[in-house]
Amino acid sequence: MKSPGPVLLVENLHKSFGGVAAVAGVSFALDAGEMLALIGPNGAGKSTCFNMLSGQIRPDSGAVMLNGEAVGGMAPRAIWRRGVGRTFQITATFASMTVRENVQMALISHHHRLWRSLRPARRLFVAEAEALLGPVGMAEQAERAAGELAYGDLKRLELAIALAHAPRLLLMDEPTAGMAPAERGGLMALARRLANARDIAVLFTEHDMDVVFGIADRILVLDRGRLIAEGSGAEIRADPRVRAIYLGSGETSGGH
Amino acid sequence: MDALAVSLLTGLADAASLFLVASGLTVIFGVTRVVNFAHGSLYLLGAYIGWSLLTRLPHSPLGFLLGALATIIALAVIGMALEMALLRRVYRVPELFQLLATFGVVLMVQDIAQYFWGAEDLTLPRPPWLRAFVLIGNQRFPRFDLVIIILFPLVFGVLWLLFRRTRWGRLVRAATEDREMVAALGVDQRRLFTSVFALGAGLAGLGGVLALPDASANLQMDLSSVTDAFVVVVVGGLGSLPGAALASLLIGLLQSFGIMLIPRATLALVFVVMAVVLILRPNGLLGRPISGSGGGTPALVRPAPMALRAAGGAALCAALLAPFYLGDYALAIATEMLIAMLFAASLHFMMGPGGMASFGHAAWFGIGAYASAFAAHLLAAPMPLGLALAPLAAGVLAVAFGAFVVRLSGVYLAMLTLAFAEIAWAIAFQWVDLTGGDNGILGVWPAPWAAGPRGFYWLALGVTVGGTLALRHLLATPFGYSLRGARDSRLRAEAIGIPAARIQLAAFTLAGAAAGLAGGLYAYAKGSVFPTYISLGHSVDALLMVLLGGVATMSGPILGALAYTGLYDLLLAATSLWRLVLGAAIIVLVLAFPEGIAGAILRLWTRLRPA
Repeated sequence: MKSPGPVLLVENLHKSFGGVAAVAGVSFALDAGEMLALIGPNGAGKSTCFNMLSGQIRPDSGAVMLNGEAVGGMAPRAIWRRGVGRTFQITATFASMTVRENVQMALISHHHRLWRSLRPARRLFVAEAEALLGPVGMAEQAERAAGELAYGDLKRLELAIALAHAPRLLLMDEPTAGMAPAERGGLMALARRLANARDIAVLFTEHDMDVVFGIADRILVLDRGRLIAEGSGAEIRADPRVRAIYLGSGETSGGH
Repeated sequence: MDALAVSLLTGLADAASLFLVASGLTVIFGVTRVVNFAHGSLYLLGAYIGWSLLTRLPHSPLGFLLGALATIIALAVIGMALEMALLRRVYRVPELFQLLATFGVVLMVQDIAQYFWGAEDLTLPRPPWLRAFVLIGNQRFPRFDLVIIILFPLVFGVLWLLFRRTRWGRLVRAATEDREMVAALGVDQRRLFTSVFALGAGLAGLGGVLALPDASANLQMDLSSVTDAFVVVVVGGLGSLPGAALASLLIGLLQSFGIMLIPRATLALVFVVMAVVLILRPNGLLGRPISGSGGGTPALVRPAPMALRAAGGAALCAALLAPFYLGDYALAIATEMLIAMLFAASLHFMMGPGGMASFGHAAWFGIGAYASAFAAHLLAAPMPLGLALAPLAAGVLAVAFGAFVVRLSGVYLAMLTLAFAEIAWAIAFQWVDLTGGDNGILGVWPAPWAAGPRGFYWLALGVTVGGTLALRHLLATPFGYSLRGARDSRLRAEAIGIPAARIQLAAFTLAGAAAGLAGGLYAYAKGSVFPTYISLGHSVDALLMVLLGGVATMSGPILGALAYTGLYDLLLAATSLWRLVLGAAIIVLVLAFPEGIAGAILRLWTRLRPA
């Protein structure tokens, strides 16, 4: 059963830190199978937005609706249980475990075996973990310590972890940062395929504009905490306000 | 009214003494991030060196001033030497190993001081100017203490100006805020760290010399002063100079008024204050969250190789048969070693995989021991029931207290566990009606079948092996992996639905219960229970065993307990300077094997094995 309406609906989201507005009234919607890019200069509020969607930061006001349920202000665990997976701008994995064990932990948690099983964790959900590592290209490195992976491989591992509980929504914060240009396209094409095949809604931030314009169905442009433009790649390219903040003509900077 | 005024002045004098030691400690921590346990040893050396100088100089105020200045300079030089010879080499190792290294210095300095100055307390001759009093109404207050009180704002002011008005001070503050950035800007960190250490050591020396007129130079003053100083630094917020001043005032005044109001609570009062402050403000009064403490990436944990399992099995067989080839005395020692292993394994559980180091793990050991003793005395319970109550009592208290502990991390977490242990110790020591106070509880005898050395040895072996294997197995289960996950990356753990705080609380409780079981066993082994079971020294023993063995795997605490108790017994029998040798051995171990004995063996094993 698919619930009607968007997977994610964000309405008038606000967050200030010490009187400075980091996110000031952001609203947007995201459908299943759609890839939405959130772009903007440094300090525009992208990561704050992400952290409010996945629960690391509590919004001051505004609504985050996930499949019609209000999840704004919930803890990261609760939001994850409702089908949101995410990767981090600065990767966060378990360094003292192998690549496979990292994925196994997500599977174990998803299947509610954290407290209930007295079996060794490394014997649980082995096949399922392998199945997740294959598509992201990490199967050969399954036995390696996560703590010694190259940065690009950590990003791939995070993607496998984020997909472990078959999420409805995937949040990817700078998924290709630190990767070689050739790898970037590959990873995002993979995300694209997954979004289509599993009907996952994907929201991502990205600095590499080739990646953004090449892969996103729709693009949101954030500047100083506000959405200043929304549309397809072609529409965004043509938008004078976007050109202003990126190219710095200064004519309409701030735009309010 | 006059009595109140005198209490106020006494409190201010206490606060001033606390601040002298704590200010140096907090500045050193702020810049170098080293938990310097040896700071109390610098204070001790200040007192002894000051005594040697002052007894030779004219007993006049000018002589005292000169002696104090010379002591400050001497300690600054010693501090520099210590920093350059030892601490400089351990900045890169995990902070707990820095602590271990500085504890080695504590042990060495104790023996050095005893060698040069003897075990007797040394007091200064008190010429009339030192004995003088001022009258406040009809109350007398020592004039010398007024000098100490005046030094408080004076020293604070000088330090404040030093940090605000000089280039060196700005660098120190910058390094406290962001060490990497200062390094990136090309500042010579080595000189900065050395000079900061010299300053802190000089302040400790001043504190030591000023303690002489009212008290003495003695061999116990290192640990008592460093504990007090750590409390002040933690209450004020690690690295915060104004915080240390505020906390000194708070604790000094509370102590002097506390004696008036509730004399029986004085031992615990300081730690109650620290516990309350940490529960309300997890980073101390004026502290900020500490960014990026060193440590590096946690190593990959793998199942034990077959050879190691075989070695473990062989060792277990040898242990099972020990009563057939060991004498009664050796069996009694072996029993104590077994109990130490379980104690160390319980601390390792929360400290290694859990990432929660404790300075007060003896609390749970002691609570278990007292629970068994109460069961035997008040309930006339048989031994199995008494032994079962030990982990139960420790576990119940650990879950109640742990709820506050798991909200903290790092040094703050360790200090909160220390606070609880000191409060538990004070209760055991001062609630004489129930615990017998210092006399302890005697006559906690094992059941007849375990009364002989053989029987009790097998009991201890069974309980220790069972308890340790149970903990080891738990580490392999999803729960144990979650614990490690919460340590590796709390962010990731929460992001995949792992309730980090609840997992840590469960681990804390299990660690407490296992330590309680070791304590119960110890009560029956010794037939008696004393407050010393909960002492800081006993907590430090556990910490040393785990760190010596290595925190990465379960074999660490086992080997560490063996090495530590074995080394201890050997050295005690072989030399009167055992602390010097043990301290030096610890320092060498930290420098040579920062991953502990078990880690070093494993590294050697993987290197030697043909690929």
